[in-house]
Amino acid sequence: MKALLMMGCPELPVQTAAALYIANKLNKEGFEVTAAGNKAAISLLLNSDPEKHYIRNIMDIDRCIGSLAEKKLDFDLCFVFIHSDSGISYLSTIKSISKAKTIAVIFGKDIEPLIEASGDSIIIAAKAVHNPTPLRAEIDGVKSWAALTR
Amino acid sequence: MGCVDEMNYEILLPNSSFKECADYIKKNFKEIYYVPAGFKIFDNYLVGVPPIPIAVDNDYIIMPYVKPCHGCFVLRIPGKEEVERLRVMK
Repeated sequence: MKALLMMGCPELPVQTAAALYIANKLNKEGFEVTAAGNKAAISLLLNSDPEKHYIRNIMDIDRCIGSLAEKKLDFDLCFVFIHSDSGISYLSTIKSISKAKTIAVIFGKDIEPLIEASGDSIIIAAKAVHNPTPLRAEIDGVKSWAALTR
Repeated sequence: MGCVDEMNYEILLPNSSFKECADYIKKNFKEIYYVPAGFKIFDNYLVGVPPIPIAVDNDYIIMPYVKPCHGCFVLRIPGKEEVERLRVMK
């Protein structure tokens, strides 16, 4: 089983914490975890997980979109991190070019419009900017990510 | 993978939502083509909510361009080859 964590702009601190938390859960269920992001998002991950215990594969976000669009790569699950309209654009793109089941991980201050715009994706959402606890509680509400691939 | 930063682009609408950019293109240009998300143009793969409008104005492409940190922009980029490719695809 393969899972992608598609990271947005890391301006909100909870994103990196939530990504590593989800990656840990996915690893325990036997997923091979890949993270895609821009330079800043990737740098935060590499500095937080230097020996790649949680996330083994890291990709540039544009290269990841290109590989998915060209059908050179695909995943069973894709977690799209969303705190702005850009995140919704990436979620819509992933839904169009990948067979992965999509999970919208929504955070920030104004989450309601983002939840509405996420359509039929599985939604993990909490008002969270600096403190990842509310988002972690939502993530913990899912008992098995592997079950979503069956 | 290409980089739009390396192109001779002009920003027609900065830091907006994807919908605002799509509406701007549809409102201000006549020759419009609709493409799927992930459509390859100028060696980039378009990100957005499909169908994504791309306009043609003489030898220029007008398209939405999403950046993770800065929202969506409408860019005007010279590209005769891409203009011809879009017209043939119709």
